[in-house]
Parts: sequence; structure tokens; C-alpha cells
Amino acid sequence: MSSPKFCILRAPGTNCDVETARAFELAGGTAERLHLFRLLEDPRLLNDYQGICIPGGFSYGDDIGSGVIFSRQLQFRLSDALAGFLQADKLALGICNGFQVLLKSGLLPNGIDNFPPAESSEPDATLTWNLNGQYTALWVNLKVRSSNSVFLRGLDEIEMPIAHAEGRIAVRDESILSNWKEREQIAVTYHPMNSTADVGDEILEEPVNPNGSIANIAGLTDPTGRILGLMPHPERFLFATQHPQWTRKKLSGDGAGLELFKNAVQYFS
Amino acid sequence: MLWEVEIRPKSGLTDYEGQRVLAESRELGSSTIDEIKTAKSFLIETSVSEADVRRVVNSLLVDPVVEDSELRSLPSSPAAANGHRLLNVLFKPGVTDNVAKSAQNAMSDLGLSTDAVSTCRKYWVNSSADEADIKRISTKLLANDAIEHVVEGPLQLESITLGSPYEFNLTHVAIRKMDDAALETLSKEGQLYLSLTEMQTIREYFQSIERDPTDVELETVAQTWSEHCSHKTLAGRIHYTDEARDIQFDNMLKETVFNATVKIREMLGEDDWCVSVFKDNAGIITFSEKEDVCIKVETHNHPSALEPYGGANTGLGGVIRDPLGTGLGARPVCNTDVFCFARPDYPDAELPPGVLHPRTVLKGVVSGVRDYGNRMGIPTVNGAVYFDDRYLGNPLVYCGNIAMIPVGKSEGHVQPGHLIVAVGGRTGRDGIHGATFSSAELTEESESLSGGAVQIGNAITEKMVADVILQARDEELYSAITDCGAGGFSSAVGEMGEETGAEVWLEKAPLKYAGLSYTEIWISEAQERMVLAVPEENWKRFEEICSAEGVEATVIGQFTDTERLVLKYEETQVADLTMEFLHDGRPPVIREAVYTPPETVPLNLPTKTRFDDDLKAILGSLNVASKEWIIRQYDHEVQAGSVVKPLVGVKSDGPSDAAVVRPDLSINRGLVVSCGMNPCLGDYDPYWMAASAIDEAVRNCVAVGADPDKIAILDNFCWGNTERPETLGSLVRAALACQDMAIAYGTPFVSGKDSLNNEFSYLDDNGEKVTVAIPSSLLITALGQIDDIENAVTMDLKEAGNLLYVVGATKDELGGSHYSLVNELCGGNVPQVDADTAKLIFKSIHAAIRSGFIRSCHDLSEGGLAVSAAEMAFAGGLGAHLDLTKLAELSEIVSADVLLFSESNSRFLVEIPADQQVQFEAAMQVVPHALLGSVTDETDLKVVAGAETLIDSDIEELREIWKSPLRF
Repeated sequence: MSSPKFCILRAPGTNCDVETARAFELAGGTAERLHLFRLLEDPRLLNDYQGICIPGGFSYGDDIGSGVIFSRQLQFRLSDALAGFLQADKLALGICNGFQVLLKSGLLPNGIDNFPPAESSEPDATLTWNLNGQYTALWVNLKVRSSNSVFLRGLDEIEMPIAHAEGRIAVRDESILSNWKEREQIAVTYHPMNSTADVGDEILEEPVNPNGSIANIAGLTDPTGRILGLMPHPERFLFATQHPQWTRKKLSGDGAGLELFKNAVQYFS
Repeated sequence: MLWEVEIRPKSGLTDYEGQRVLAESRELGSSTIDEIKTAKSFLIETSVSEADVRRVVNSLLVDPVVEDSELRSLPSSPAAANGHRLLNVLFKPGVTDNVAKSAQNAMSDLGLSTDAVSTCRKYWVNSSADEADIKRISTKLLANDAIEHVVEGPLQLESITLGSPYEFNLTHVAIRKMDDAALETLSKEGQLYLSLTEMQTIREYFQSIERDPTDVELETVAQTWSEHCSHKTLAGRIHYTDEARDIQFDNMLKETVFNATVKIREMLGEDDWCVSVFKDNAGIITFSEKEDVCIKVETHNHPSALEPYGGANTGLGGVIRDPLGTGLGARPVCNTDVFCFARPDYPDAELPPGVLHPRTVLKGVVSGVRDYGNRMGIPTVNGAVYFDDRYLGNPLVYCGNIAMIPVGKSEGHVQPGHLIVAVGGRTGRDGIHGATFSSAELTEESESLSGGAVQIGNAITEKMVADVILQARDEELYSAITDCGAGGFSSAVGEMGEETGAEVWLEKAPLKYAGLSYTEIWISEAQERMVLAVPEENWKRFEEICSAEGVEATVIGQFTDTERLVLKYEETQVADLTMEFLHDGRPPVIREAVYTPPETVPLNLPTKTRFDDDLKAILGSLNVASKEWIIRQYDHEVQAGSVVKPLVGVKSDGPSDAAVVRPDLSINRGLVVSCGMNPCLGDYDPYWMAASAIDEAVRNCVAVGADPDKIAILDNFCWGNTERPETLGSLVRAALACQDMAIAYGTPFVSGKDSLNNEFSYLDDNGEKVTVAIPSSLLITALGQIDDIENAVTMDLKEAGNLLYVVGATKDELGGSHYSLVNELCGGNVPQVDADTAKLIFKSIHAAIRSGFIRSCHDLSEGGLAVSAAEMAFAGGLGAHLDLTKLAELSEIVSADVLLFSESNSRFLVEIPADQQVQFEAAMQVVPHALLGSVTDETDLKVVAGAETLIDSDIEELREIWKSPLRF
């Protein structure tokens, strides 16, 4: 089969689309940057792709709330196309702002089962302001918590940078968290380096958990494992020289973040 | 109907914003305030039903997981205050409200049409708070009077629609009959800020053509001739004298800074790597086979003094448009930002009237830069912050941008007949008189006088503009481009059409709201606008690319072959000036410049045997202390080109000398960005200050691996009022050093900018006028290149057992040093530069880096050897043991304080694996170097001189002392 094709969906204010497209290409896939307006004009364009990725940035300035306006376009104007797309055996990835968009559209955490959500329904979770009240950029260590996720196959711990202001997961009530655990929807958590200690749900302090996210959650997957959203940026660790300590550790070659994209490509081989 | 949607933290959840504001109000000393609750609100004016408003509000504006909301019609009942004092913060009419605009568009997408939307922040304060405290937090914490106002109590507004229809009324100014006094009044009260000679020249011109100018003609001339746009002082005739020289310049900048570049290009001959220098919006040099690289650094000082957030925000937004408007347009890849403030703990009670507290300024400036750079998706990779109380009323905000441009696209050519196209943001009343205002001195009244000069940016608009422009560039749809910066359309069109002529149809410009006069449209400095020359046959495709991504593009005129600037408003001609008068009619500025060296005072060093406390005092001093609180708010990795980050080391908190960025992920070639500045040295000798700044910028670049044979530099002069011969004298002296050093180092200046009149005046308690001028502030930015990013070096110590060498000559140069600063000493020798030796050192270090000998490398700057060693140790989480005996022999200096803290230029501290000692020493044969000791796996930095211990401090303690002062 020819290399799978990924749609890098950009909206006004998206700014990580170029390097995200590059990540899929380095992983052996084909990537096309598509403007949201084209998809709104013709939702059938989605059929050309095996995967869709909403990259990082500040879609519509995040002016009302991070990812809100973009998410409403998915919810109100592209829901049929997206539901059809994901009913087929295809993939969706949201990074940073893309995660905020997927979560606020209702595609995460529960996938297409509740999509689009009924107007009266209250969302399970949101991504809101970091506890420190400000935009924060630093590298974190992540622990993979779900064996479901297509994107995280073969990974246990992985480092990558975060850069966001609204990355703290908050839930409507505690029962949501136990549902997620049951269905292995917690994809990755912020985790201390070189630590085997089980910290449970205790919220770790900055810089380990940079935003105060509940249960240290950094990313969520839908129950099928084919939709992943995460706040950290795997596309910023494609090369060893992006690692903050590459000169100390004498790293060279690929960066570990590339693995997520390779997993996505390999899903179709 | 006007609705208010109030959105507050969900009951039971913490009101973090309220906690933050309360903590800051306590810091301000507001003791009667013990409770603050917060909310944001949207004001929505619409004629649709309440049910429709409610539906859209619930599905769009509120996040029900963490927020509660309430919808009410305005005017509001008094009950909304809820037994508290309610303070509403609203934008002043006409100030850009990005959130409201996005909300309005999104509501329209969901089928809710509105007449107007605006946002409001709400604060409920305990009712027992006293009036003085309420006033204090209202003016100092909650709102900035330049753009916002505070309304107490439940809102009583009935409408928020803005603007009223404009009635055309052509205005002439009877300048021909004015006497000199009247001319001066016109210049000042009309905010033209031109000199009497210039006003007389204008009068004579209009007398000669036998008519009076229109108001817009006068404004156009004032803007074109402003210091900000024409740099008339430094490019003017200056007679300079000092202790040894007597020079008559016809064009000072051309004969010093530009001249250095001309000479270097001659020396390089066929290997000249400058592409376009000092003629476009940014300088361009070669980079790879496919791309050249552009760089520009600007200042936005006066707007940032009045409204730090908006000033810094638009400062960065503006400088990003410079490379975008250079040649045929460049793709931005990284930013650099340098700020100067008074100390953040400046006593509140001593603050002069009309001045914002430096802490407020610092936080506002940092947020402004953060929100523009991050939103644009351009990493901010390099910067510095300097503190001096003379920056109190006049902070400095330098913003720089680096961008890539395809080879062969570095020049645009306007042709008669090409359409004048405005792209991007709409035109409003924002920023009227910014160009002329920035050339004036700030006073306590500046805030009310020039409030219109303050603007808020919209980074997303600029990102969208950049996206479509780069597509149109690659399709070769336009022939020239420039940005709308200071002076707005007037400056952009005036410059583009200088060789041809232009006719502009002002009523075509899209407006933010009705009511702007033809003059306001012409000189508005509304943000995020670019002007392009588009051949008529390409217009359709160009417009298609723009509208496909929601970017507004409008034809507002046409370039002509008349060599005249003609402005029309709905068929009526409102201006007709020759380009010749506009661009060449300004009388030259003639100035005297005098420099008298201050009397040399010997430095009386205290007698000490231990220097731990001095090291700690310097590490904790504001200029040296960690800027991590700022750096972590900037995205420094977007675009995935990050190689050496601003913070490095085992805990990612060591101060990197420079940033390394890979602008093209398909090749291993990298850019190196650094800066040098030292206002402290200017008080001793501006010549050596400038020389030191250049040396610092270059050595920072070299320290991470840049090739010293290909480093471009930029100058940004920020000075006080240069009408004083001694102030101009110190500037010229610095410029002479720029010329000498650039030639000696082979580092051409490729672009530069000056900002004069950086002074603040106020009346003291006795009614006496007090003027505070900033210290002489020359920022040198360096743009280096590294062949292979995998050869880059960072400054953190890597491995116990490795050897540590100092490379470069240590001299008795503690004048203006941080050792003097923390010991409150004056006098001594200011650091000089031995350019020949320095060049050899840079070459030798670079060769050693390429050979892979060097495991870590850090330049010696503020605080000298001791501070560099400490920074390298805690960055690497390793100890170091140094003995100064060999350094003392090499430098023939015995004083430990000089050896430890001298700030002699062109020096590095490097770490070498022990098994490469022989090769390394061979590589350093021709330059001064001394083995100091080695890296240890202990937890201390120990410095001895033979049997005497000078310093022995725990690295974790040093780290904390260095990190805590600016951790807000």
C-alpha cells in the first residue's frame, strides 16, 4: 500500500502545521496542510485521508477560550463528515491547541459515540488555565498509561516539551476519572524522570506536572485508541538536537517524538 | 437591546484571578481590601430574542465544567453589586478589543447577528474597602488609563455602538501668513514636532507654489520628516570634537556605521556575503543555496512607557512586519527581545507623577511580547534585561525578528500602473501621531496627550497576513511590499512610490468604524497592515488567495509616473505634493557634538581574603540574575528548529550564551543569535562601551559554535536628547567605536535603528522641572551561522575530571564592573578591546569547537571569571576546583579581586577532556590561555590561589541566589 495520507488541518492562528506535517513525512507518511475553510466548503475532502491531525497554535486567537471557536466548527458544521471519517478505521490526533479543539468539540474523550454532543449535555471535562496562571514552556517527562492508543504503541516513557497556557484538565465530577481509568482513556501522564514510584492521582508539582492537571493527565484517548489528544508537542522532538540536554547526553539521530508519528503511519501498513 | 453575559469561576472552584489580584493589591499596600472576586463579561448589543442570545451564549462563551454564567439586560439593577463594591474595567471607545471581535464573528457563524460586542472585566471588592484603596487598585492594578476606564457599580450602559458618519470637510492651514511664533505653535499643538527651520521650509515651499497646504499635506510632511522615519539627526551634519578628534560629518551614520560595512564588503570581494544592507526594512545576508536570511531590530520605547502591554505587543508585531516587508517578503523564524527597566522594587512613594511602576511595566512588557510572539508561532530565542533607575519614566523595549527569504527575492520594483493594495487589519483611530510622538520627550502629560498613540495588536491577523503573503510571493503576484509601521499609509505609500509617484483613494480603505477623516485614514498607525504593489493582471488571483483564508485585501490606489503624491477622497483631491519635496526637501539637521572624557578616578578596592559574598551579591544582582520567569513564558521551540535553547544544562536552567536555531529542517546549517549591551560602561567611556558590546555579542555567538568569519551585527542606539551637544557627543563616540570594531572584526552592520529623546520630565514637589535621561544604551545584536548544528556547544559543565581553561587576556579592568556595582565603588579602568588578539581568540576557539575538543564554553562577562565558573557549575550540576596561580602568572596580576571579577573582553572559560589537553593547548598556542583546574563531582565551586582559599560555595546555594531575585 502507498504511504498513508494525513490531513494537517489548520485554521486562522494555527502555527505548528508545518513541522507537524514534516513529522508525518519523516515517519514515512504523506501529509497535506489543509485550511479549515476548504473543509467547510467541501467536507468530502476528508475522504482523501487516512488520518487527521489538528496541530498546535492559537486557533482564532483562543480569544473566547482555547480551541473553542475551531471546536464549534467541528461540532456544528463538520460533525457528519468527522463521524463518517472516524467510523471508518481511521486516526485522529490533536496536539496542544488541537487537543483543546478535540476535547471541546466532544470528539474526546468518548470518540464518536457522543459526537456531536447534544446541546443540553454537559461536557465531561475541559482544558483550562494552568495553575500558575500563565503560559509556560518547558520539557516534561510522560508516562504512557493506556495500552489502547494506536499512537503510543511500544512506548513507556517519553520526553517532550509543553508550551501552553490552558493545559490543565478539569473534570465535571470525580466519577469521570474512574470511567477513564476503566476504559484506559488516560493516555499519558506527567511523571518524574527515572522514577518507579506509583504516585497515584496525587497532583505533582511544577515542573513535573506543569499545569496542575487532575491526576497529572497530559493526554486522553478515546476508548478505541484511534483518537489521541495531548498537550505536549511530539513534533518538537523529531531530532535528537531538539532535546534540552543533547549536548550533555551526546544524543544524535532521531528524537523520540517521531515514534508517535511512526505508529500512526504503521497502523496502515 | 444591550445584554451582559457575566462569566465567573464555577461556585466551589477557586477564583485564581481573584487570588492573584488580591495578592497584588496587598503588595500595593491596600490594607482595607481583604476580598476580591472576579468575572469576565461580554456586552452584546443585538435585536434578537433573549432565547437566541441565551442559546448562543451557552454554547459558545461559557465553559460549564469550570464556569457559571448569568445573562442580564442592561442597564443593570443595583442588586448586581451583591453587597460589594463592583468595579468594571472597560476599554475606552475605539481601543482594539480582539476577544470581542472574535466573539462577534463566532456568534455570527452560529447565526446570531449583533450590532456590537465588547468585553469587560469585573471585580467585586469587600464593601468595607476605603476610597483610597479602591482608587489605588483601580489606577495601578486593574486598569491602565491609557486604554481602559473603570466604571463603579452595576453597568448603566444602554448602547456600545461606535462611530458616527463622517462629513467630508477639506481643511487648509494658512501657513503662508504665519510668523515664526505661529509656526512653532502649530508644530507643537498640531503634534507635528518639527523644528522651526523645518516649519520655515514648509512655509517657503507653499509660498513658492502660491497656495496653502491642506491639513493632510502638512501631516504627510511632518511624518516623512520625523526623526522616527528619517533619522535626520544621526544622518545629519554633525560637528564632533573630543580630546583627540575634530570631525565634520556630512552624514554621521553613513560615514561611521555604514562605512564599516562598505569597507568590509570591499575586503570580502567575491566572497561578500551581504545581500541587501541599510536600504530595505531589514538587512539580508546569505545563508544556504536556497535561502538568504533577514534581520531587523526595532525599539518601541515611548508606547511601552504609556501602555506596556500594548506598546511591547505592537513593538514585536511591528518588527515582524519588517522582514515580511523586506525584498519580496521573508518567512519569520525567530525573535529576540531586550528590555531595560528601573528596578522592580523601586519605592512606590518615590514614583514621580505620570510614571507607571517598573514592576507593572516589566510585567506588561513581558506579557505583550509573549502574547504576540507565541500567537504568531515564532519562537523567542534570545534576549536580555538590564536594570537602571534612569529607565524609570522611559523604559526601553527592543524587539528583533529574523526571517528567511528565497535567494533572488531580496528586491522589489514598483512600476507605474501597479495597484496599491492594502492587506490585513482595518484602519481605525489607533496610533494617530505615533511617528511624530515617538520623536518627542515624554512628560507626565504624555499619557493624556498621546493616548491615541497607544495601540493593541492582533497577532492572529498578522499570522494570517503572513500566511497569504508568502503564498502570493511564491506565485510572484506582486512587485513590491512594505509594512505599515510608524506613519501608516503615509509612510508606506510615500516610500514605495518615491521613485514613481502614487495616487491614493482614501475612501477605499476599509475602516474599523465610521467617522474617520481623510487625514486620520492616511496617518493612522493601526496594526497588522501591509501595502503591496500588485500588477493589475494579478489582482484577481491575489485577492483570491487572501479571501481563501479570510484576509481582507483592498485596492486603495495606483502607482503613477508623475513623481507626485496625490491623495483623493471621493473624487476631491486633498493632497498633491512632489515626491522630491517630500523626500529631499527637508533642511539638513546641523548639530554640535562634544565629548569630554570624565576625570579618571582610581578604584580603591577593599582588602578582602574571601570573595564568596561578592560572588553571591553579583549572582543575585538584577542584571546577572536568572531571567527564567520571563523565558518560560515564551515559546522558544515552535517551528521545531530549536538546537541550543535560552536555558541549558542538567536542570535546563543555565544561561546560554546564544541561541542556535535551524531554520530549514532539511539541512544541518544553523543560525546563531546573541546580543551585547552594557549601559554601565557608558558612564566611563561610550567608545569602550560600544566596543565591549560588539565584543560581547560576537563572543556569545562564537561560544556556542558560530563561525567568526560570518557574523552580521546590528546597532540600536537609544539615547537621551541629542540637542544637547554632550549627549550627541557620547553617541558619536560610540558610533566611532562601532566603525572601528566592525572593520577590525570583519562583522558588517547590516541594519540598525536609533531612538533619541529617551528622557522623562516631571515637576517635583517644589514645582521644579526634573529631567531624567536614560543611560547611553547601545544594543548590539549578532547573527552568526554554524555549518553543522551538531557541533554546537552549551555552557553547562559536562563531566568530572575534565580540565578548565580560561582563554583570553585578563586585565585590571574593574571600571563599570558588577564587582564595583555591588561594592558601590566608582572609578577604575573600563574594559577595552584588543581587536587583533580578540580575532585570533575567536578563530582559535572556533577551530577547537569544530575539532570537538570543547565540551562546554561560556563567555566571561558581567561578574567576570567567578560568575562564569559558578554559572557553568550549577548549570552542569557539577563542582569545579580552580587555582588562579597560572592565570596570575599569565596576566601579571596578583590581586585576587581583579582576577576573579575583572570584566576584560574577549575571554572564555572552556571545558576540555583531560585526554585532549595536548591538542587543545596546541590549538591555543597563539592566544593567551591558562589552565585553571578541573570539573569535580563535588557540590562546591572552590577557587584558590595557591594555598589561599578565595571562594568555596555550594553550587545549589549559588543557583538559588541566582534564580530567586526575578522569580515573581
